[in-house]
Amino acid sequence: MSRFAPIKEENKKKKWEKSPYEYGFSSPEKYVFKSKRGLNEEVVRMISSMKSEDKKMRDFRLESYKIFLEKSMPTWGADLSTIDFNNIFYYVKAAKNEGKKWADVPKEIKDTYDKLGIPEAEKAYLGGVKAQYESEVIYGSLLKRLRDKGIIFCGMDEALAKYPDLVWSHFGKIVPKGDNKFAALNSAVWSGGSFIYVPKGVKVDLPLQAYFRINTQNMGQFERTLIIVDEGAFVHYVEGCTAPIYTTDSLHAAVVEIWIGKGARCRYTTIQNWSTNVYNLVTKRAWVEENGVMEWVDGNLGSKINMKYPSVILAGKGAHGEILSVAVAGKGQHQDAGGKCIHLAENTTSRIISKSISLNGGRSSYRGLIQMNKGAKNSRSKVVCDALILDKESRSDTYPTNKIMESEVTLEHEATVSKIGEEQLFYLMSRGFEEHEAEAMVVNGFIEPIVKELPMEYSVELNRLISLQMEGSVG
Amino acid sequence: MLQIKKINVSVEGKPILSDINLELKTGEVVALMGPNGSGKSSLAYTLAGHPKYLVDKGKMFLDEKEITGLTPNERAILGLFLANQAPVAIPGLGIKSFLWQIYKKFESEKRMDLVKFRNWLDEEADKLQLKNGLLDRGLNDGFSGGERKKMEVLQMLVSKPKYIILDEIDSGLDVDALKIIALRVKRMVKDNKVGVLVITHYSRILKYLKADKVVIIEKGKVKEIGGMELVEKIEDKGFEEKK
Repeated sequence: MSRFAPIKEENKKKKWEKSPYEYGFSSPEKYVFKSKRGLNEEVVRMISSMKSEDKKMRDFRLESYKIFLEKSMPTWGADLSTIDFNNIFYYVKAAKNEGKKWADVPKEIKDTYDKLGIPEAEKAYLGGVKAQYESEVIYGSLLKRLRDKGIIFCGMDEALAKYPDLVWSHFGKIVPKGDNKFAALNSAVWSGGSFIYVPKGVKVDLPLQAYFRINTQNMGQFERTLIIVDEGAFVHYVEGCTAPIYTTDSLHAAVVEIWIGKGARCRYTTIQNWSTNVYNLVTKRAWVEENGVMEWVDGNLGSKINMKYPSVILAGKGAHGEILSVAVAGKGQHQDAGGKCIHLAENTTSRIISKSISLNGGRSSYRGLIQMNKGAKNSRSKVVCDALILDKESRSDTYPTNKIMESEVTLEHEATVSKIGEEQLFYLMSRGFEEHEAEAMVVNGFIEPIVKELPMEYSVELNRLISLQMEGSVG
Repeated sequence: MLQIKKINVSVEGKPILSDINLELKTGEVVALMGPNGSGKSSLAYTLAGHPKYLVDKGKMFLDEKEITGLTPNERAILGLFLANQAPVAIPGLGIKSFLWQIYKKFESEKRMDLVKFRNWLDEEADKLQLKNGLLDRGLNDGFSGGERKKMEVLQMLVSKPKYIILDEIDSGLDVDALKIIALRVKRMVKDNKVGVLVITHYSRILKYLKADKVVIIEKGKVKEIGGMELVEKIEDKGFEEKK
């Protein structure tokens, strides 16, 4: 029942029947290979041998698996006690090879990506695309003019085979295998993900995009991404993720490592829209050299439990890190998101802007760290976290941590919590808008400072997804 | 015609309006006057469907369609527009795109394209003497009282209502702004045959926007109905004298 004068019965029904998640469809499971449920050393060895890896990577995996077993579950954040590691499929291969043309991709999978609009987007505004389906990259492309400049954009497995030295120069160094339980798990069973190398001084003018799709029930997706942006170079990488709605849970535990050379810049945009049966536990970290810039634009709309704190290590003088985070927590969701900035050098600057929206009993938390080591003189950081709570059943918390070991630094922190006022809704409704439209207007206005940072196509998409969630929320 | 028939309204169980009757025809200006706390603005909110104002008894009609119980947006779609006394701000909601969305809601045929619409908007904003660049901001975000009132008029022009309620649009306005707004509304009455309910405490807006009928309410009840001569009386003696 609306808070406003009664809504006609037939309208009410229509609203409830509408599913707010439009990517919840699944495709028939046709697989080249699917591992048994559960995890043990054999599964780790099997993944390594499926990929014909050398001893170095196999040992890396096995060591990581040991660390995974030793590490206890993190209990400081969201409730992870319901994850059943034995019920998960750790490796599923859906296609023999990575296609270079969409025509090479098996029909069911291509249909899925068509529905998601990926080939269309590729034609319109992308410099290159990677599509990962279950455990493997099934499609890859890169514009010829970008290839000719020496840019590498390929699957992690391919990169390891073709450019082992380049990969090992940073692989597992920015996010060590023992970093946390889920980084260890990823290091043991990783499969797929993107590798990007941008040579010195090269600026990639069109975004490169990866699209991750889980189709199998109880799937575990563990992609591994490494981006190396050499001195003075620039790249914008975008990732999107969706999955079908199942009654049982899937797990997505990725690791993303980024190395940014002197004066280089990387922007990494995520629109995470997993279905609400996916645990999304991802470790993302960038290492930034002198005067380099790292920008994380992190949109979290989907998943059941999301724990993600994109981090920047400002290692060189004058390096800058920026984290723009938006989280929408709806029914049954816990978005535990935020960011970390670690200042190691002089004159480094960082900024975290976090905007969260809780509705329909959803819970959002901001969790952040600002660390300034001894020697990080004249460094500055600013944290702004704003929360918007749409109803009484929903919740928002803030957990900021500051570790300041240098005295000559500046740190600012602002936080606000607001509710959508009845007055705002009444005002917009009296202009002819439905209650859910009015709510979406307030919400989209609230996240506007971040949305305006997105490329046009993505900002339109983000606004649309949020409006869709609002539409399903008002009854 | 906008009709209020024997309406009784309460807020949180406390009665604030009783047995109010009121009629507003298209092309007509009705002034609703009364001292502070007499229930003028409550009547405006009740007409627009504010959730706090509970109709205990009586009915409201817009062109013979009952609107009691309709949501605020349903009433707006039928052609009712409330210019708020204190319009709220919606930070981040871009004014131009907001007005474009309103326009699309109300204009289904003969619609201008976006470019034409924007040009038209700029012209209207100019006529209202809205500062340059104001339309590029969030709705009412950081706006002065006068700018907010002018934004109400701009929204009114975009949605082309049949009946307008001006809830103390004159409060907090300087003489120039008041004149601009009043004359713009007057033109809507003339050109579009809009019916206007002017809720005000003072007579000054009525200098530019002559009322065909004046209704005085006090303590939630209609006290007196007449013509502009009532306004003069109030000017001379104030509300209190009339007891």
